[in-house]
Amino acid sequence: MSDAKFFQRGKIQELRLELNSDKKDRNHTRKKATLKKIVANMTMGNDMSSLYPDVIACMAIPVLEVKKMVYLFLINYAKSKPEMALDAINTFRRDVEDPNPLIRALAIRTMGYIHVDKVTACLIQPLRHCMRDQDPYVRKTAAVCVAKLFMQDRHLVENAGFIDLLRDMLVDSNPSVVANAVAALTEISERSDHIQLKLNMSIASKLVTALNECSEWGQTYILESLMFVVPQEPGDAEMLAERIAPRLQHANSAVVLTAVKVIVYLMNYMSKDEDISNMCKKLSPPLVTLLSSGPEVQYVGLRNILLVIQKHPEILKNDIKIFFCKYNDPIYVKMAKLEIMFRLASEHNVEQVLSELKEYATEVDVDFVRKAVRSIGRLAVKIESTAQRCVEALLELIQTKVNYVVQESIVVIKDIFRKYPNQYESIIGVLCENLDNLDEPEAKAAMIWIIGQYADRIENSDELLDDFLYTFMEETVEVQLALLTATVKLFIKRPTAGQDLVPKVLKWATEEVDNPDLRDRGYIYWRLLSTDVAAAKVVVLSEKPHISTETDNMDPVLLEELLLHIASLSAIYHKAPTTFIPHCKPRFLIPSPALRRQNYGYGRGTLMHQDSFSSVHSNSNGEHTHKDDDLSNSSSTREPQHQRLSYHEQSFDQIAEASIGNQEYYDQRINTENPYRTDTTGTANSKSTAGDLMSFDL
Amino acid sequence: MISAFFIYNQKGEVLISRLYRQDLKRSIADIFRIQVISNTDVRSPIITLGSTSFFHVRHENLYIVALTKWNANAALIFEFCYRFINIGRSYFGKLDEEAVKANFVLIYELLDEVLDFGYPQNSETDTLKMYITTESVKSERAMREDSAKITIQATGATSWRRSDVKYRKNEAFIDVIESVNLLLSTQGNVLRADVAGQIMMRAYLSGTPECKFGLNDKVLLEKDPSNRRKSSNTVEIDDCQFHQCVKLGKFDSDRTISFIPPDGEFELMRYRTSDNINLPFRVHPVVTEIGKSKIEYKILVKANFSSKLNANNVVLTIPTPLNTAGVTCSVSAGKAKYVPAENSIVWKIQRFQGQSEFMLTGEANLTAMTHKKAWSRPPISMDFQVLMFTSSGLLVRFLKVFEKSNYQSVKWVRYMTKAGNYQIRF
Repeated sequence: MSDAKFFQRGKIQELRLELNSDKKDRNHTRKKATLKKIVANMTMGNDMSSLYPDVIACMAIPVLEVKKMVYLFLINYAKSKPEMALDAINTFRRDVEDPNPLIRALAIRTMGYIHVDKVTACLIQPLRHCMRDQDPYVRKTAAVCVAKLFMQDRHLVENAGFIDLLRDMLVDSNPSVVANAVAALTEISERSDHIQLKLNMSIASKLVTALNECSEWGQTYILESLMFVVPQEPGDAEMLAERIAPRLQHANSAVVLTAVKVIVYLMNYMSKDEDISNMCKKLSPPLVTLLSSGPEVQYVGLRNILLVIQKHPEILKNDIKIFFCKYNDPIYVKMAKLEIMFRLASEHNVEQVLSELKEYATEVDVDFVRKAVRSIGRLAVKIESTAQRCVEALLELIQTKVNYVVQESIVVIKDIFRKYPNQYESIIGVLCENLDNLDEPEAKAAMIWIIGQYADRIENSDELLDDFLYTFMEETVEVQLALLTATVKLFIKRPTAGQDLVPKVLKWATEEVDNPDLRDRGYIYWRLLSTDVAAAKVVVLSEKPHISTETDNMDPVLLEELLLHIASLSAIYHKAPTTFIPHCKPRFLIPSPALRRQNYGYGRGTLMHQDSFSSVHSNSNGEHTHKDDDLSNSSSTREPQHQRLSYHEQSFDQIAEASIGNQEYYDQRINTENPYRTDTTGTANSKSTAGDLMSFDL
Repeated sequence: MISAFFIYNQKGEVLISRLYRQDLKRSIADIFRIQVISNTDVRSPIITLGSTSFFHVRHENLYIVALTKWNANAALIFEFCYRFINIGRSYFGKLDEEAVKANFVLIYELLDEVLDFGYPQNSETDTLKMYITTESVKSERAMREDSAKITIQATGATSWRRSDVKYRKNEAFIDVIESVNLLLSTQGNVLRADVAGQIMMRAYLSGTPECKFGLNDKVLLEKDPSNRRKSSNTVEIDDCQFHQCVKLGKFDSDRTISFIPPDGEFELMRYRTSDNINLPFRVHPVVTEIGKSKIEYKILVKANFSSKLNANNVVLTIPTPLNTAGVTCSVSAGKAKYVPAENSIVWKIQRFQGQSEFMLTGEANLTAMTHKKAWSRPPISMDFQVLMFTSSGLLVRFLKVFEKSNYQSVKWVRYMTKAGNYQIRF
């Protein structure tokens, strides 16, 4: 019998009549049919809440299917009609005493979903009983119910002893109960200001034992909770990682990735490099295997792999072929693969990578093609020995005359010119053939930079610039800045060719344009040129700092934080969770005697973001930076050094600041009882922390 | 964790809507319809708007969608969506719009059971079917009688198997199914070749059988010195993953695969190997563009496996440019025709004997195009099945069944290699 016929819009009046009809209703089939119609209408988004008295009346019918539908109705509408929930309370009271454990669990589970104070009040007592129910199914349902209750009334859960009950459940004889209790505790800890989950080694070890008997989801919850173990000795970290490692073979990618997260976390507390490299060896194969899952899981895997290999480059370094794109991979998989390919590219495999990239550059998807072209340019900057071939590849692509390919190529060729000055000027001629097709600011700015830089080698550089200047006022700031500097360069290199253009541009930049950056730069050039041309030459034509792809690396502090969130959304977006999830507790490596020194070679100061035009001011040598100058790590030499100390040497304040940058949160934490605080002053004191800190010594 | 779960049809109508948390309202369902279903250019399976994230998986004519407001475990959410699809398939045969509409009440029941407050719970179909069935009357009686048994089953250490399974004849079938992936460069070099294998088992065994399973796994066999001389017949497995019934700790310590199987069909393990792959087919394409109006194809395909074996359903899909007007071609076996909708020549060969080779010659005529963009030359892809052949050389060495009643059991094994992503660039 198909229920599809119920999937049509029903009128409230008719449904009410049907529910209350006096006609004979053997086995309640008529009532069931009407309820199904109501559920179908609820699904379609039609408001059925006004039927509540009639629906609640059906609760008396002793048919489980009916009961479940009424409960579904209650969950949907209880909030908007609190009074109707009250009518249901008596049934709930009866059900939680039912001899059938499935009914008891159903009642508890449903009550937890109904956020009405009176219902909640009636839930507390039965919930306590259910947490000690003799049936494990009821206990596991009750455990999750505590988390539901917490979302509704934090103080109640924190103060009414539920946390202790949950803690007791961690040593339950049934693995499902343990897993759900762990899940509830983890969630409460992540959301509470007063409760912080902290597991000691003995409880951690018990949880790991329960892993073997848990369902796959339960395993994920338990693994997740192991992120709250802070190993005090390297041996603990090694032992725990060793015991978790078999999970890497699980068929469920959630189990695998969560195990990867815990192992990568524990590596921070291991002392022997050998142990770490052994663990890394174990991580590679399961990460590769993720790529044989469905495309969505592949995507999750790829984004996480990108994080893991930045921290531990030895992982997957010989597996680059796995990341070659298949023609029919979804676009999101292709884009993620491309980034990994670039990162894994080295002297040994660059030949293959380049030939792949050339292949991709002829595909259909515009974004993918652009990224492929850009990667070719970045490859040239990254690996010197291959620069020549990359340039040839780019020239070939320019010959295709596909507009966006040409523009993208020009943008990266600019970087190649900066990295290898005076090596590839021969190709300028080819570039100049494509001037008319440039319509993207980034490509225009790049081309103008090239013309300015080689103004003395390009015969008609003044004419070319003049052409660009024709539309000066309509260009974006990026292009205007480039034009300004290029014109000044032209003037310095070939005064006669530039003498007509310079005054025009300077006048525009200082008088006609509203942008302060442009105006400031215009004045600087003007004064320089009018006071001392020789000095201007030194400044404008000074040797440019080298660029490298080093700065493509993620901010190491952010990377460290993201690694603690492997498998989660934040690891996919490569953004700290605090930036997009409100009220989210940040995570950071908690100091312990076993914590390894974190080696941050360079500080955050080196990382310039794409939109930071402000950098233009501080640039004392007059060489301005385009958008693409995030490729340059030069600023670190000029700006004050922001060298990070290792975590060991930092105070807690610095750690919190470094790893979250969320001052508001942090202020609040410091004022309340801070569970981490004691850790910085030595582990000996950690026992004496305040009463609301959970330390799970069992 | 998951805050809400929706199923939409292709028009964007909500077929199932279940909220698990108060942080979302039903009206959020419209946002997904606008942002994803009506959007022709969706570039990610995850979309975050504000602090709400939408995860979606497409299946048949449905969108399976899970929402969260938390920094949730993305792998877990997608795995849950996949699992939900499997549960649906096992209950209704097929999970599509029709099946969802016909069973929506049951689906709500299932969703109440497999997700609690957005946390996935036991989702083993075998167990679920004990107490959530399409025939509610029967399920109720069953529930009263053995509710305790159900709860133990649903929370126990072997949640995937009932203890009271009985068969007159105890049998187990093993299917080794390998998907061979190949990417051949324009120059004919192997860019990548690997095998993704799957071992499916159908267990019709009584009681609670303990099974031990053995492969010609190089690591295992080389541990034992007496086997070393035979090691030429072993396979180096890069990585493997097991069904949750397999004792992972045991595999980790001594590489034995032991387990108590679920009843009926399940995927025992998946493995991956890239060492010494026997490619069942070699393809030598010669494709020349003659001027702007014609392309010539000469495609030679050769079977590399033993002449005693046959491949079935061999299909080569040979791309043609978008502006193809017509194709003429002739083949030495099978049938080839131009399929304009796919922009390709599809060449089908029903039976392909080992060691034989066939040839396609053809010509595509092109219409003139106003703007000249080079043809991207997508790769030739291939589909096939070869029975009793494994590309990796993997063999099942034994399957032992121990049960306390000590019954005899019959075991069968079958091998098949099929094309995964078998692509040849030209």
